[in-house]
Amino acid sequence: MGLVDWARIRSPWVIHFNTGACNGCDIEVVAALTPRYDVERFGIRLVGSPRHADILIVTGPVTKQVEKRLKRVYEQMPEPKFVMAVGNCCASSGAFRNCYNVYPGLDNVIPVDVYVMGCPPKPEAIINGVVKLIEKLRGGAS
Amino acid sequence: MSVVDIPIGPQHPAIKEPLNITCYVDGEHVVGAKLRIGYNHRGIEKAGEYQTYIQNLYIAERICGICGIVHAFCLTQATEDIIGKEIPKRADYIRTIGLELNRIHSHLLWLGVAAHEIGFDTLFMYVWRDREMVMDVIEDFTGNRVTYALMTIGGVRRDIPQEKAERILKVMDLLDEKVRKYKKMCLDERTIRMRCDGVGILRKEDAIALCAVGPTARASGVPFDVRADDPHAAYDEIPFRVVTYDTCDVTARLLVRIDETLESISIVREAIKRMPSGPVRIRVPRVVPTGEGVGRTEAPRGEVIHYVRANGTERPFRWKVRAPTLANLLSIPVMLTSRGDYVVNIADVPITFASIDPCLSCTDRAIRFIDVSSGKSWVWTFSQIKRMYWRD
Repeated sequence: MGLVDWARIRSPWVIHFNTGACNGCDIEVVAALTPRYDVERFGIRLVGSPRHADILIVTGPVTKQVEKRLKRVYEQMPEPKFVMAVGNCCASSGAFRNCYNVYPGLDNVIPVDVYVMGCPPKPEAIINGVVKLIEKLRGGAS
Repeated sequence: MSVVDIPIGPQHPAIKEPLNITCYVDGEHVVGAKLRIGYNHRGIEKAGEYQTYIQNLYIAERICGICGIVHAFCLTQATEDIIGKEIPKRADYIRTIGLELNRIHSHLLWLGVAAHEIGFDTLFMYVWRDREMVMDVIEDFTGNRVTYALMTIGGVRRDIPQEKAERILKVMDLLDEKVRKYKKMCLDERTIRMRCDGVGILRKEDAIALCAVGPTARASGVPFDVRADDPHAAYDEIPFRVVTYDTCDVTARLLVRIDETLESISIVREAIKRMPSGPVRIRVPRVVPTGEGVGRTEAPRGEVIHYVRANGTERPFRWKVRAPTLANLLSIPVMLTSRGDYVVNIADVPITFASIDPCLSCTDRAIRFIDVSSGKSWVWTFSQIKRMYWRD
């Protein structure tokens, strides 16, 4: 494992993008960052710019209006980049399957690495997803 | 110096939700703002016409994840309005407790986000730590942290047994103490006062003219609260105070929300004390008779109205949601425009915007297409939408 991979595994920075979520997953993502759950102990930090981020956390069904912006944010992230789909509706449009303005899943728009299921997933589930992603990173690096 | 326009969003660290604000800036001063919404439009109302009333409660709760119970409550209220059946008294009290616990969690969440927007992350972390207490109570009582699935047509799904009521009261005592501490902090802490005093002014006449609702209106001295003006659930039997402040700035909105949290705590205590015994649910027919119904309540952000038209089947013919943020968004350009002595700095934009507690997932309901380059706007008919977007 090189120095760059080591640094990446120890401090994956995340960016959060709401693509039309009900806010349920968003508040659970933020709750995962606050003292009770505290993902900062894994070196994870929420950053504001896609250019600083390693992991894109997407919440909510992808609406047709936001699709272009989502692709642009994804393209702005430096390689290697990872995508985490949080919530049922992000993975498969879930409760919004009958709505005319949403895509049937995030993987129709951008590639996805980890799916976290739940409507909304509990912060513990989100932490589990992040740890799985870190394991994937570790496996790819060694 | 010429006016420069700065686009903020739809993905921006200061805004958690997709929305685009264009600020017109002259030097350091904001001289105007324009909003563009619609990134969050999913088409829930249309989907509602293809599902039964009970299935719609599931999707209504997911209109907004923060105040989902309010939407579920309004939809049940509108449906019960058409059916014309009274629900048991105990169910009314449990609904009130659910709504007020939701308000406590939402206002604490907002207080944390507001502290984050002014760069006071310590307060953000403290508030969110204490917010977990009310989340635990909600999980204990409804089985879930965010979407409660508590409301159903004809009552509530879950009763509150004695031991759970005692646990709720215990946490309310703890929270009462913590919230009072935060109120003192917001009044005394210089960092907060310097960032919030005199920022984001919305005068009383503007608030009335722009139809502001909820804490935004009450912070401008408009005593408008649906719980007091049109009592529903058990609000007519529980005394509470409609909190108003008249400094019209962000500090007033901060204090209105903190005082309302204290009021909510006392409502929960009172509701548990006065709760009558009896059933919590009555059976209602699956087929709703022809008619129209309206449900309204005071969400943490303001007034929510649901309108349902039934055509004698088990699916609604039309379901319309009117969320509070849509009303409050109109006051944002007014707050963000410098005029005379009132100066808006670029640094004040995030906290001014956050001060209305925006919830765009509630807001993006109506759809009107605008071609930005030509300025032409039009509304599509249902058959046009179907042709463009329908998938079987």
